[in-house]
Amino acid sequence: MDHSKRNSRRKFLADSGNVIAAGSLAALLPGLARAQAKPMTIGFLYTGVRQDYGWNQAHGVAARQIARLDGVKLLEQENVPETAESEKVMESMIRLDGARVLFPTSFGFWPFIMKVAPKFPEVLFVHAGGLWKDGDPKNTIGYRGYMEEPHYLSGIAAGRMSKTGKIGFIGAKPLYFIFNNCNGFILGARSVNPKITCQVLITGDWNNPVKEAEAVNSLVDQGVDVIVGNTDSPKVVIETAERRGIYSCGYHTDLSALAPKGFLTGAEWNWGKGADFVRAWQTGGTYPNLLRGGFKRDMVKLSPFGAAVPEAVRAEVLRARQGFADDKLALYRGPLKDNEGNVVLKAGETIDNEDNKFKFGVKFLVEGAIGKTGLAR
Amino acid sequence: MRERAEAAAITAGALLAALALFALFLLANGRDPLAVYAVLWLGGFGTPFSLQATLTQAAPLMLTALCTAIPARAGLLVIGGEGALVAGGVFAVLAGLGTAGLATAGLPASVGTVATCAAGAAGGAAWIAMAGALKHLRGVNETISTLLLNYIAIAVLNHLVSGPMRDPAVSLKATSWAIPQATMVGTIPGIGVHWGFAFGVIACLLAFALLRFTVFGFSVDVLGGNARAAQLVGLPIGRLTLIACALGGGGAGLAGAAEIIAVHGAASSSLAVGFGYGGILVAFLSRQNPLAIIFFAILVGGISASGGLMQRRFDLPDAATQVLQGMIFLCVLASNAFYGRIRLFQPRAVAE
Repeated sequence: MDHSKRNSRRKFLADSGNVIAAGSLAALLPGLARAQAKPMTIGFLYTGVRQDYGWNQAHGVAARQIARLDGVKLLEQENVPETAESEKVMESMIRLDGARVLFPTSFGFWPFIMKVAPKFPEVLFVHAGGLWKDGDPKNTIGYRGYMEEPHYLSGIAAGRMSKTGKIGFIGAKPLYFIFNNCNGFILGARSVNPKITCQVLITGDWNNPVKEAEAVNSLVDQGVDVIVGNTDSPKVVIETAERRGIYSCGYHTDLSALAPKGFLTGAEWNWGKGADFVRAWQTGGTYPNLLRGGFKRDMVKLSPFGAAVPEAVRAEVLRARQGFADDKLALYRGPLKDNEGNVVLKAGETIDNEDNKFKFGVKFLVEGAIGKTGLAR
Repeated sequence: MRERAEAAAITAGALLAALALFALFLLANGRDPLAVYAVLWLGGFGTPFSLQATLTQAAPLMLTALCTAIPARAGLLVIGGEGALVAGGVFAVLAGLGTAGLATAGLPASVGTVATCAAGAAGGAAWIAMAGALKHLRGVNETISTLLLNYIAIAVLNHLVSGPMRDPAVSLKATSWAIPQATMVGTIPGIGVHWGFAFGVIACLLAFALLRFTVFGFSVDVLGGNARAAQLVGLPIGRLTLIACALGGGGAGLAGAAEIIAVHGAASSSLAVGFGYGGILVAFLSRQNPLAIIFFAILVGGISASGGLMQRRFDLPDAATQVLQGMIFLCVLASNAFYGRIRLFQPRAVAE
């Protein structure tokens, strides 16, 4: 990989879809449009159940938030398989219930959206995943938050709260965004305590509670005292951590209730952003087809702090959040090495927080990580 | 004639009883049963779109129901439809991939389609025939062996699609290489339902004719009626058992092939979504009669198809339709106790 031209990738950004998206975002501002909002039925499809303490719950929370818009009626269907069956469910919502905006919330629904969307130009399809590319139907949207930013904030809390200097990350799959989250968590922790090390375990499954619990137990036995889980539902990770008496950070949605003693904070999606798309569709406004962003674009959130987090740490975390929001804090900044000793960024080099090309290509773990990506670099 | 009227009346009674029970369940959950049944009708049969969804659901159910119904006529309780469907799907994909070179060899793509279906049926047939062979040769209970074979089939499928057969280009979900587009079939013109539905109807008609009008069918019924008697009259029990199992498994295997060539195009865990188990319910509702299977597969398909709408309109959990299906299953099983006890349907004693 060529590391010398990173800064020039700002140029790449300049003509990337995100910026086009940002431009049209301005047109979404509600206020003026509110008067003309017409009644509209929206439909959410979940692969699992809404109360899964994870991915689906994050969408369920957003659905309720969006349903509070004027004239919006919410329909929901759980346990929709990621097969051709999902096409039937979408069509059924459109034909039998008159839905005009659909939120097929799982990553795996995308190919089926691509089949249904051209048949129903009067319906907007909003997909959580950011897979939209030029040439895809105009009545489809992909959106996704940079979760590495709130993970960085969790990392700050973890770095401050860890007594052993050992923290742990449990990931589901060896995928770029999991590595970004992991790196964010470690970089945040090491920004406040450069001696921190982080054990990284990849379970291989999106949902494997047994393996996840085993992973937590083995990490605790090795002295790890703060843990974050990146699986479909980190419930087991957090509950096991609480039982073992260590700290934990959340993922997807607000999980503070699972660990009243040890919960620090967590990384959350702000899927409620979908309200902007519904509003635009209702009023004939414009909308971006692809929207990726972090705190700057209000696409991610931070969970409420747990009781264990002292005021000073909270203030430090919130300062960093403001840094992301104001684009003054870059997550990947030099000097930076990976955990095999290779130089990723030289001193003075910085990766823009919205440099998708860099982020999609992340196949390394930063210095301080103990573990392997399992991928060829 | 009288027997058929008896079966129809008792099954209808069982269905009504199940609906009444489910109404109680709905009342207990604070829902209006009549409104729910109206939506059940709307979602399953009420609009052309609903009917399409229903028939699409019914297609694999007809074929997997045969997997239980045909061996049942020979006195075997086979519940391996899910495994046979999966096995059929895997074999179909292998055949589809194997015949991918046909176009270059100058043969029509339909050859690939036929080969895919044949391989699927053969795969399913071999799968259930294994259970038949175990039963005949080693006395292994076929219900247990077919149940366990389901798990084996699904495990093998998951192994294949995440290992040896995996298409690395598909990253969303472990999926096998896709069969050529030309091998795939579209929908039946006019009704917009995929060809698996036609396969199902034809297979049920053939099975009915086979069991009703041939020596084989009669022999199977004798075997199912009384195995000792069949042995005494010299029927080839082993062969009949194997063939009945293979035919049933072939049906479910064809269902797997149809799911591949008409819906998925590649093997993945999406093959095992419960059509095999739904088929058991259909077979029992039909009292193992292949003609009745066509009707009951559509009925059960309609209940499944309306599940989403019930969930959305009444905020019922998606398991609600499964509760209804379970109640129907129980009522139909319980209704067996009524056979021969309703005077109306009994032959009158001849006056002396």
